Amino acid sequence: MNLLKFFTAGSVDDGKSTLIGRLLYDTDSILADQLEALQQSNRKNDDGTIDLAILTDGLRAEREQGITIDVAYKYFQTEKRKFIIADTPGHIQYTRNMVTGASTAKLAIILIDARNGVVEQTIRHSYLVSLLGIEHVVVAINKMDMVDYSETVFNAITEKYALLAAELDMKEVTFIPVSALKGDNIVHESQNMLWYQGRSLLHFLETVDVEDKQSYNLARMPVQWVVRPQTDELHDYRGYAGRVLSGSFKVNDKVTVLPSGSSSVIDRIEIFDLRPEEVHAGQSVTLHLKDNIDISRGDVLVNADHLPQNAKLIEADVCWMDSRPLDESITYLLQHNSKVTKAKISEIIYKVDINTLEKQNATDFKLNDIGRILIKTADELAFDLYTENKANGAAILIDSRTNLTVAALMFRAVADY
Amino acid sequence: MSKYNLDYLDELEAEAIHILREVAGQFEKPALLFSGGKDSITLVRLAEKAFRPGKFPFPLVHIDTGHNFEETIAYRDQMVERLGEKLIVGHVQESIDQGKVVEQTGKNASRNSLQTITLLDTIAKHGFDACIGGARRDEEKARAKERIFSVRDEFGQWDPKRQRPELWNIYNGKIHKGENVRVFPISNWTELDVWNYIKRENIDLPSIYFAHRRDVITRNGQLMAASPFLNMDADDIVENKMVRFRTVGDMSCTAAVESEADQIEDIIREISASKISERGARLDDKVSEAAMEDRKKGGYF
Repeated sequence: MNLLKFFTAGSVDDGKSTLIGRLLYDTDSILADQLEALQQSNRKNDDGTIDLAILTDGLRAEREQGITIDVAYKYFQTEKRKFIIADTPGHIQYTRNMVTGASTAKLAIILIDARNGVVEQTIRHSYLVSLLGIEHVVVAINKMDMVDYSETVFNAITEKYALLAAELDMKEVTFIPVSALKGDNIVHESQNMLWYQGRSLLHFLETVDVEDKQSYNLARMPVQWVVRPQTDELHDYRGYAGRVLSGSFKVNDKVTVLPSGSSSVIDRIEIFDLRPEEVHAGQSVTLHLKDNIDISRGDVLVNADHLPQNAKLIEADVCWMDSRPLDESITYLLQHNSKVTKAKISEIIYKVDINTLEKQNATDFKLNDIGRILIKTADELAFDLYTENKANGAAILIDSRTNLTVAALMFRAVADY
Repeated sequence: MSKYNLDYLDELEAEAIHILREVAGQFEKPALLFSGGKDSITLVRLAEKAFRPGKFPFPLVHIDTGHNFEETIAYRDQMVERLGEKLIVGHVQESIDQGKVVEQTGKNASRNSLQTITLLDTIAKHGFDACIGGARRDEEKARAKERIFSVRDEFGQWDPKRQRPELWNIYNGKIHKGENVRVFPISNWTELDVWNYIKRENIDLPSIYFAHRRDVITRNGQLMAASPFLNMDADDIVENKMVRFRTVGDMSCTAAVESEADQIEDIIREISASKISERGARLDDKVSEAAMEDRKKGGYF
């Protein structure tokens, strides 16, 4: 059984928390003591039924204000799959928290209120989904019960959304008409919309193929830690420990170490007491090389046939996440997987108005702003373009005055000037 | 299934190992908080997978309330011996003797909340900059919001409104002097995942996790082990029942469940069918809707 992480985009008004609550409730994932707490809570729906939205509001301030501020993670499983839901806030001022929840997700559910159709917020959420390269998108058109389960309404919204999806270059979009409040097409197929022939939301989540086929050939492993027991029996032992980001490594593969560029051959692979011949993306492993070369934390082992970029001047999409605005005069730290190097922003190329998708010239860059910058690093970075290999194409910026994570970066091009 | 699609336990394991190695790489003086419970036992197993045949790059730290199940302490000492790793114990009794905390009185007195001070003192005394813990997001709704690398200020406080964004699998462990980071490698595991992992890896557990006969009293609808640490009076009726524990904490706040499950397979079956969450057996979470959030803000695990 495998694991699918997905996130939901939409606001409380769209019924996002209700949708998650419904998924948990109808899959029997809510335990008796939690249900009891729910029933005792004084927040109820207008018709007196329990408000499923409370299930996802974890913090006192969220319950008080009835909104989601930070990402909450929820877990459930069916016979077919295990799921992790990142319940992310939809309000514009919490864009950074939404990006946090979305960055590790393989699938996005974008909620649209059937009464309102595609609105500014839909555009913003869809833009973020496309920016972060989420491969699979479900557009859940919610509150169908409020529009008499009308096929016409559903079709009008899907047609409008398809235009947006094309503009944003979104590959795979699936539309599902639902009512989270009443339970239509969430877990059980709806009897109120017989015109809809597709799968229920849960059925779709259980069966969608989310294997990452994009980066099969790009074997990448950043070295996190060098295992050196230095005991009498093991004094020559030198293992490079890390998690395979993408692709596969096999014994006898020729590998290159970046940024130094030196090469060697894989002598053996260890996963604790196992000695696999081959390891794949996602596995945490220890590699041994035939030659004794200088390798330390932050270096990246790659297959010699498919080298990544190795550059210091990079164009990147950026989502600014700190209340202190971007400052071109200071030196930041850039963390790319296990590698940390100094970095400066040499140019703001443009800023995107995420409600209209217009690119604008900008001199400043503030909290929740998104756009493209040119960044210069002190050391060369061994990276892939985000579109080609997400796992090796992203980084964060850290402000060394506050140590806060101030930006998410997605590498888009090597700058040739 | 495709070889590129990891089984969920393999994926969770690989993620946790990655996190442990990031701690080793990023911090000067990390520590692994070891309670003797199944979650921290799982962490130890994951640390073996992350660092063997090398030594752990951190000691194990146990905050000892003095109100332990003796089975847990026996297990701890045996495990440390087998591992050949360093164990540091912080004693709540010492904090009481030093007058830093005051023992609670009354019928529901527990040392659980006193642990926070001992924990913070132990962190300060040894200068730990990262503490690895076995908390999981499925346990409780405040935990569901916490980052994997969770920064604490110099007073040990968690500020849920000012959490750093945590993007992709990139963990920012940069801190100022005096601050420390709590790291939760098994954040994304559920209770059932932990049990399935323990079964798969054939990990030994303290015997109190399995069904055994024990003298218990019923308090606030919960079965508490009769012990000198519980303030009992004439109203408390001691009964001998077949029970086991789902979590292991201080004896005065950890409730037992009636159970016949004396094998891992039975426990997994029982949990799969259970309708009560694991922390439902913790009196410390029942105080208010925001009980855990408030304790975490104060520096709790």
